[in-house]
Parts: sequence; structure tokens; C-alpha cells
Amino acid sequence: MLSFVGKRLATGVGLIVTLAVLTFFFLQLGNSDTAQRIAGQQAGPDAVAVVEERLGLDRPAIVQFFDWAGSALTGDLGRSWFSGQEVTEAVTTRMSVTVTLAVGSVLLTALLGITLGALAATRRGWLDRTVQVLAVIGQAIPGFLLAMALVLVFAIELDWFPATGYTRFSESPSEWLLSIALPVIALTLGSIGGVAQQVRGAMIDAFERDYVRTLRSRGLPRGSVVYQHVLRNAAGPALTVLGLQFVILLGGAVIVEQLFSIPGLGPLALASTSQGDIPVVMGIVVVTGVIVVVVNTLVDVIQAWVNPKVRVS
Amino acid sequence: MSTPTTTATPATGIPRRGLLRRLLGHPLGGVSMIVLAVIVVVGVIAPWIAPHDPTETSLSMIFAEPGGEYLLGGDSAGRDIWSRLLIATAFSLAGGLLVMAVASLVGVTAGLVAGYYGGFVDAVGAWFTALTMSLPSIIVLIAARAVIGPSMWWTMAIFGLFISPVYYRVVYTSVRGVRNELYVDAARTSGLGDGRIIGRHVLLAVRAPVILLMSGVIAAGIGMQAGFDFLGLGDPTIPTWGQMLNEGFYNITRSSTLVMWPALALGITTVALTLLGTALRDELEGTSERRRSRKAPAWSLDEEVPAVVDHGGEDGAQPLLEVRDLAVAYQAGDGYSTVVKGGRLTVRRGETHGLIGESGSGKTQTAFSVLGLLPKGGKVMAGSIVFDGQELTGLTDAQMNRLRGTRIAYVPQEPMSNLDPSFTVGHQLTEPLVKAAGLSRTEAKERALALLDRVGIPDPQRAFGSYPHQLSGGMAQRVLIAGAVASHPDLLIADEPTTALDVTVQAEVLDLLRDLQDELGMAILIVTHNFGVVADICDRVSVMQQGVMVETGATGDVFDDPRHPYTRALFEAIPKGAPRVPLAGVTSAGMLGTGTLK
Repeated sequence: MLSFVGKRLATGVGLIVTLAVLTFFFLQLGNSDTAQRIAGQQAGPDAVAVVEERLGLDRPAIVQFFDWAGSALTGDLGRSWFSGQEVTEAVTTRMSVTVTLAVGSVLLTALLGITLGALAATRRGWLDRTVQVLAVIGQAIPGFLLAMALVLVFAIELDWFPATGYTRFSESPSEWLLSIALPVIALTLGSIGGVAQQVRGAMIDAFERDYVRTLRSRGLPRGSVVYQHVLRNAAGPALTVLGLQFVILLGGAVIVEQLFSIPGLGPLALASTSQGDIPVVMGIVVVTGVIVVVVNTLVDVIQAWVNPKVRVS
Repeated sequence: MSTPTTTATPATGIPRRGLLRRLLGHPLGGVSMIVLAVIVVVGVIAPWIAPHDPTETSLSMIFAEPGGEYLLGGDSAGRDIWSRLLIATAFSLAGGLLVMAVASLVGVTAGLVAGYYGGFVDAVGAWFTALTMSLPSIIVLIAARAVIGPSMWWTMAIFGLFISPVYYRVVYTSVRGVRNELYVDAARTSGLGDGRIIGRHVLLAVRAPVILLMSGVIAAGIGMQAGFDFLGLGDPTIPTWGQMLNEGFYNITRSSTLVMWPALALGITTVALTLLGTALRDELEGTSERRRSRKAPAWSLDEEVPAVVDHGGEDGAQPLLEVRDLAVAYQAGDGYSTVVKGGRLTVRRGETHGLIGESGSGKTQTAFSVLGLLPKGGKVMAGSIVFDGQELTGLTDAQMNRLRGTRIAYVPQEPMSNLDPSFTVGHQLTEPLVKAAGLSRTEAKERALALLDRVGIPDPQRAFGSYPHQLSGGMAQRVLIAGAVASHPDLLIADEPTTALDVTVQAEVLDLLRDLQDELGMAILIVTHNFGVVADICDRVSVMQQGVMVETGATGDVFDDPRHPYTRALFEAIPKGAPRVPLAGVTSAGMLGTGTLK
């Protein structure tokens, strides 16, 4: 079990390093006139050279990379070229908002998706068909379109929720809940059907397993076999889907934040990209990568822990 | 699509003709195909039918009402919404197609090479796949925009590359599966080059999954483009649905219809593409709901069931289990596939009865019918099953549960797949004792440990706490036997209990069954295709062929004088002089096919 966790972590670190290297050198391709833009279009070559020296852009890219990587290891992701703000602070503050949205949606998705999927698998009939239709719609309609519809109906027409803005939890928990309710519902609507469908499939699959028949041959009622054995064995696939959903929801949050004017990662990413603010872009990519890798590793570890084949050996 | 000329078409291949026609006939497929056809036509002819330049601004037309010079009115810059919508359709479709083209080209090629050759490409492919899963694609596209600027084509191409692992994984898995097929080996031995093999045999196998993914990937591309442009990251000179949505959303207080048109266009297109994907899956994988009509079709036995050859020898004892004219059928398409037509069986108290026949003869289906545990879709259509004077057909599940596990027990064929991998052996043994037989937890544990000891497990305490994967096949089968006899049943149904075991273990398990029978006085119905097993432990035997019971009688009588042609054929199929299952401690092992028994 320990070696398993170690192996997963090593793979994760490898992925993040690859991610950082690829992103850094890819960003260099569009980095030719950054110093000029920072100094201003009217600035002469001397002024530009001063900026280049100040930011260390006059050094070879490989040196810049190791310089960046060295401080990144200590948790310092540098400063924004344009605002001078510390990247680590800017990214983590905003990331916490985005992760709140993503985690909230994953939890809601898990709760509703697993319940609906389990009901669809055991009851079939109209409930099953409803879940299937929901899955297709969720899969088909882009999340931000759903979000937009929610804003138009529930925030603008009915005025039940604030249309834009974000209240910190520390300021007012109730307003915080109201401010994230619509974004989270919008994100959840898109992912719930897919998860329900997966859980349904995994459970129907588990129903047909030999051991279910054997357990029932010993006089165990259907319900008891379903809730203890079938659900337990469908938990693995469901967990994997939820892990994948987290990445998708993180991406969805970036767009939904823009729509709701929530100060998460999305607006920061947009601003830094259009400016060509490489330290901020790097920070966003790497921190996002780290979070996803941590979540994926966690899912793998839980997965392994649930599966006795990995745990007991 | 050219018609394949190769003879070896894998089972997963696409039916050669009529897919388009079948899709049109599919309730969802037909509608979505028509909708998509209209959208594509509009996209293609858009440049000629757009009445205005989609980027032409006009101060007088800002938020113009619909119906005037501008059919759907003007937007915040005084541009013609109708023209923009038309041109945006063309760009959205083109963007989606570009994503699909890049993703399939890269994914399929890499998947073919990695799957067929393995090695370096395989490792890179796995790594790239992991990389794409560690970052949301929108973050990648946003970062890429910092370098390439607002280019719709580049953005869509990068997105295509980013989601190419979707194709890669599917193709990789299919190729891995096909690579070692005999017909591919044959092609290789006959001197066909790798290129030809991939082109002719392997590509055929991956065609279906690649087509299946197509509409979903196009929809994802169109959705991503809309989202990207909605964020204002797109090329402002190209009108897209995403830009129009952005426009409309932020001007919602000025004009509520602005957002409606692009939202409808985007929604209808992606829903149609997704529904087409569902329809494709239904038709390609044969899971179409349409074929399963709501009402079950009428079933009838359309052939004469021949009389059973009975060697007699009834000693008047009351039978424990009596199966009469059993018919079991599975619904298939608009009709039924009847797997058991004339199931007749009499098992007397305390006897060991062999049910023999080749695979597909319906013997296991007969056994499952008695247990009331037919696989999904299977149903007892006719006949009666009387157990100890009680009719079992028509009993509810709850009523059957009172019999199962207390009076009728079951030992399965494949030991490993019949134990739940997620629970310990002890849990699986005690759970039925507590829930069905009503023992207390401690009593159940004591009984389980005693049973494990009784079935010959060396360290019962340890086996009790073990997970199934920690046991050998023979041990697992002993555990299953322990679970079956735990409640001292009157009838034990053993479905090929030794088939999956090593030859040496087979004999031990048969011995164990025989000993348990002596101790508990239960009847055993043993389903097998092995005459050796029958000869060794069965008092009586029934022979099944294609769902019909053809011959029955005392084991000795049937062996000495097989009267039905099928029984004779079964005997003749045994190599002369083949040894019977070697039984430890049994000296008179005898030879099969020589006609002497006991």
C-alpha cells in the first residue's frame, strides 16, 4: 500500500515537472516583445533593455527556467510583470474560490448523481429514462449556456439570487451561500447526468456478476445484496468518474466565474493571458496542475484502499 | 466508405449496409440527422444567403427592432444579427470539424502505432494522456492564446490535439485486442507487411468506435469554441455563436432577444449531435430501445418435444424435485429464443443426480430455473417445478428466498467470480446465516469456522479473515461448498463444480461432496458435461440436448445401454481408454467407453 502511494506520488511529480517545462518553453515562443510592451510602445531600446535586465529576460531561456523552478520549489512563483503582485498569493487566493466552486459541484454531483444512478439501475422504468435524458442534455448543452439560462431566470427575472459578485464566507456565510448557489447549480447540472449514467451502468454491470447470484442463492434478499454488495462494487467506477468530473468542473468554473463576475482563477487567467504576463500564466498552469494531480492521486489511493486486492498485499 | 473485401470481419465491425437507413429509422437518429443536415446546408450556403456583411456596423441599426432591414434586428454595434448567425454557423461547424479532424488524425494514428508496435510510442502516448488529464482544457487554451493570439483555427487545432487521447485510448484498446487474433497472425505468416495488416485488418476493428466518437467530439469542439469566444478570447473579425452570446448576455437589459438566437443555435446543434451519437451507439452496438417493444411478444413452443427415453427403475419413492415440461426463453428482438423446451427431471431424496449435455444444451438454465435465479431476460414460460410438494413456478422473490439458502443450495462453476472480491470470506459466509437463517453473529461465526474446517481448509481462522483473491481456486470452491451446505439443505444444485479446477483438486472436491451428502442426507443435482463425474458420483443421470431432456435412468443402465442417438454420440466422442477422473483412494477407477461400470 505504501509503495503504491509512493508510486502514484512520483508519477504526479513527474507530470507536474513535464507540465512546467512544456508550458514554460511554449510560452517563450510568444515572448519576443514583452519587454517592449511593459516599457511602453514609445520606449527606446535603452529603456527596453533596462526592463529586460530587471525581469531577467536577457538571460537564456534555460537559465530563466531553472531560476523560476528553483524559487517555485520554495513556493515562490515570482511576481507579475505588469502589476508586480506576488504570483503565489494572487493564484492561491483566487484558486481557493475556484476550488470552492468545483468541490461544491463535485459533492452535489456525487450526492445526486449516485442516488439517481442507483435508483435508475434498481427501479428502471420511467426513472431510468429520465436519468438517461438528463445525461444526454447535460452532456450536450455547454455548461455556460445553462449558467446563462439560470442567471436570466433566477437572478434577473425572479431576483432570488444575486446575478453577479461573490461574498466571502468570512463576511457572511448566508450571502456566501447565495452567491455560489447559482454557479454551483449550473456546474452540477452539466455533470450530474454523466455521473448518474456511469453509476447506473456500473450497478447494472454488478447485478450480472456471478457472486450476486451466489449470494442470492443463499437466501439473501435482493435489496440487501444491492445495497451492500452491488453498491460497494460500483463505488470504484463511480469514484473514478467523480475524479474526472473534478477536472472538467474546474475548467467549467473558469467560464462560469467570468459569467457571474466571481473573482476566481478565470478572470485572472483571462487578464494575464491577454497581457502576456508569463509568471502569472505559469503560476496558474502549475497550481492547477498540482491541485488536479493531488485530487487524482487521492482518488487513486481511496480506490486502492477500497479494493482489498491492493490494500491487503 | 469502401466495402471491405477481406473475409475476416471482426465481430465488432460495422454492418456493411444500411447504417444510414437504420439511423434515419431510429426515432432520435432520424430527427437529429435532419436537423444537422439543415444546419450543415445553412452553414455551407451562408456566405451567399447572408443579406449583409456580418461585420458591417451601422449607427442607425444599433438594437434595431427585428423585421425591418435586418430580419432579426441589430446588435449593440448595429450589425445584422441574422447575417451574423448564418456566418457563425459556418465557422462553428468548421471549428468542430477541425477539432474532430485533428483529434482523430493524431489519436487514431498514435493509437494504431502504439497498439500494434507498443514500445516508445506506447509510453509517450500513455504519458501524453496522463498530461491532458491533469489540466482542464480551457486553461490550456487560455495559456496558448498568450502565445498564438486570438486565432480560432489554432485554438481549435490545439483543442483537437488536447482531446486526441479520447481516440487514442479507444483505438489503442481495440488494436491490442485484435493484434493477437488468429487472423492477424495468419496474415502475418502469409507474408503481408505491417502496413497492409494495419490497413486491412486492424483498421476494420477500430472503425466502429472511431465513428461512435465522431459526433461527440464535434459537439465538444463547438461547445468549447463557444465558451472560449464567450470569454472574449476569440478572433473579433470572425462572428461566432460564442461572441454573439457574450454580446447578448452583457446587453440583456437592452434587448432580451439578442442572447436567444445564438443560444438556440448552439443548443440545438449540440443536442442534435449528442442525440446522433446516442442513436449511432444504439445501432452499432445493437442496444436500440426501439427493438424492445413495450409489450412482451407472445411466446409459443413451435416444435414437438420428443418423448424422453426412460430406463425406468422408479422405486416408488416420493421425488424431492420434479421438473415437468419446463420451457425457458429469453426475449430476443421481436421474438424469443427458447433455450429449454422440454425440461424433465426427477430428483429423489438423498440421491445424486447428474444432468449432462454439451454446452448450450440448457442444463444450467434448468438448474437456474429451479433456484429462481435465471439471468436477466430469462423467464420460465411453461411447465412446472415441484419441490417437496410445493410448486415453485410463479412464486415471488420473497417466497423463493425462504427456500433458497435454507432448503435449496447452490455451488457454482467458477469459484473466483462467485465470491465478492470486496468482502472477506467470513463476511460472505456469515451474512446469509444472520440475515436468512436468523442466527446471531457469534453463532454464525462458530458455524462458519466449523464448516471451513469440515470442508478441509487447513487454517479456518485465517481463511475466515481472508479476501477471495488470497485463496486458490480449490480453496475458493471449498469455501463456496461450505457456504452452500451451511444451512443443511435438502437439495444441493452444483453447476459444473469441478470444471474450473485442476484435475487433482477435482477429485478431492467430488470426494468432499460425496462425504457431505452421506453426512447430511441431501440430494445433489450435479450439472456437468463430464461423463467421468457422472460415473463417479451419480446414482442417476439425465441427458439433455438442445434444451430437451432425451434420456434418463440409473447411471449403470444408461452407461450400459445408451438408447438415444445423442447419448450414444456423446459416448462415442470419448476417446477409447481415456482414464476417468483420478480419484484419490479409489482403486477401481475403471475405463470409460469400455462399457463396464461398478
